[in-house]
Amino acid sequence: MVEQVLVERAQAGDTEAFGELVGRYMRRGYFAALGLVGSHEDALDLSQEAFVRAFRARSTIDPGRPFYPWLYQIIRRLCFNFVRDTRTRRRKLEAAGGWLADEVGNRAAGTNPEREAERAELRERFEAAIGELPEAQREVLVLKEFEGLKYREIAELLDIPIGTVMSRLYAARKSLAASLGDVS
Amino acid sequence: MNGDRYSEERVRELLMGALDGELTQEARAELERLLASEPLLQEEWKRLSRVKEVTESMKLRKPPEETWDGYWNSVYSRLERSIAWILVSIAAIVLISYGGWHGVQDLLADAELPWYIKGSVLAGIVGLAMLLVSVVRHRIFVSRSDPYKDIQR
Repeated sequence: MVEQVLVERAQAGDTEAFGELVGRYMRRGYFAALGLVGSHEDALDLSQEAFVRAFRARSTIDPGRPFYPWLYQIIRRLCFNFVRDTRTRRRKLEAAGGWLADEVGNRAAGTNPEREAERAELRERFEAAIGELPEAQREVLVLKEFEGLKYREIAELLDIPIGTVMSRLYAARKSLAASLGDVS
Repeated sequence: MNGDRYSEERVRELLMGALDGELTQEARAELERLLASEPLLQEEWKRLSRVKEVTESMKLRKPPEETWDGYWNSVYSRLERSIAWILVSIAAIVLISYGGWHGVQDLLADAELPWYIKGSVLAGIVGLAMLLVSVVRHRIFVSRSDPYKDIQR
């Protein structure tokens, strides 16, 4: 069914239509949250909460415009609030990483345990370095690298100029380069 | 100074655009010229390319497939629960207000109750009402003037 029709039906209170929208965007919403908070449970919780808030605020959606960019605004707000919460920050520090999968590295390492350990260390350092980035830089990096969006798409989604997208990305990569240091 | 700032920004754009494959052929040639003439920039390019390489080798970890099976049910349950909480809250506010009002009326009508107890009850009610108004007014003020109002703290 066309998205606009689903949005209009959801606006009229049709939970089945809203359920179809959830089905369409749950993966994207979850992965967006995962990139921003770096934990499976939290990403699941926050993305589901975003859908609940989206349903409550459904009267404010413009059915003529794509649903996801609107939903994404809710997701990012929830995620940023979550990360800013000092209690959460403490919990995050204690939590194990593991939100990134080094598929390419694992394939390359094959059955070499030493190489495998090196790649695992690299992944952990990389996760930690991303976790240290300011949220605006992290967001742009995630959208570019893990969602595969073009600069123009990121600029539209975040309502910022393309130049800002590039400068945030540059700053993020520069920090990551410093964190990775001598990793080969 | 302005020229320096402009060129820094241009270099940044060229580096990022090249890493992400978003450069035109002319811009690519411009970057290559710059890289050939600037050893420091070449070093930076290598470091950034390494970051890009590492990032490209990583993916967001996929959750178990069952996550998606129960996803909508979880969202739906939350929706139901939120409606239930609203109903319970409304009922609680109405019942507590009703009970409180009758309780206060009974207290004030009790001729045997000392005047200072009645006065304290009234003072408590007025105080609570003032606190409520003050909190609501502060919230409204913050929501209108806070530049970060979109971010819930």
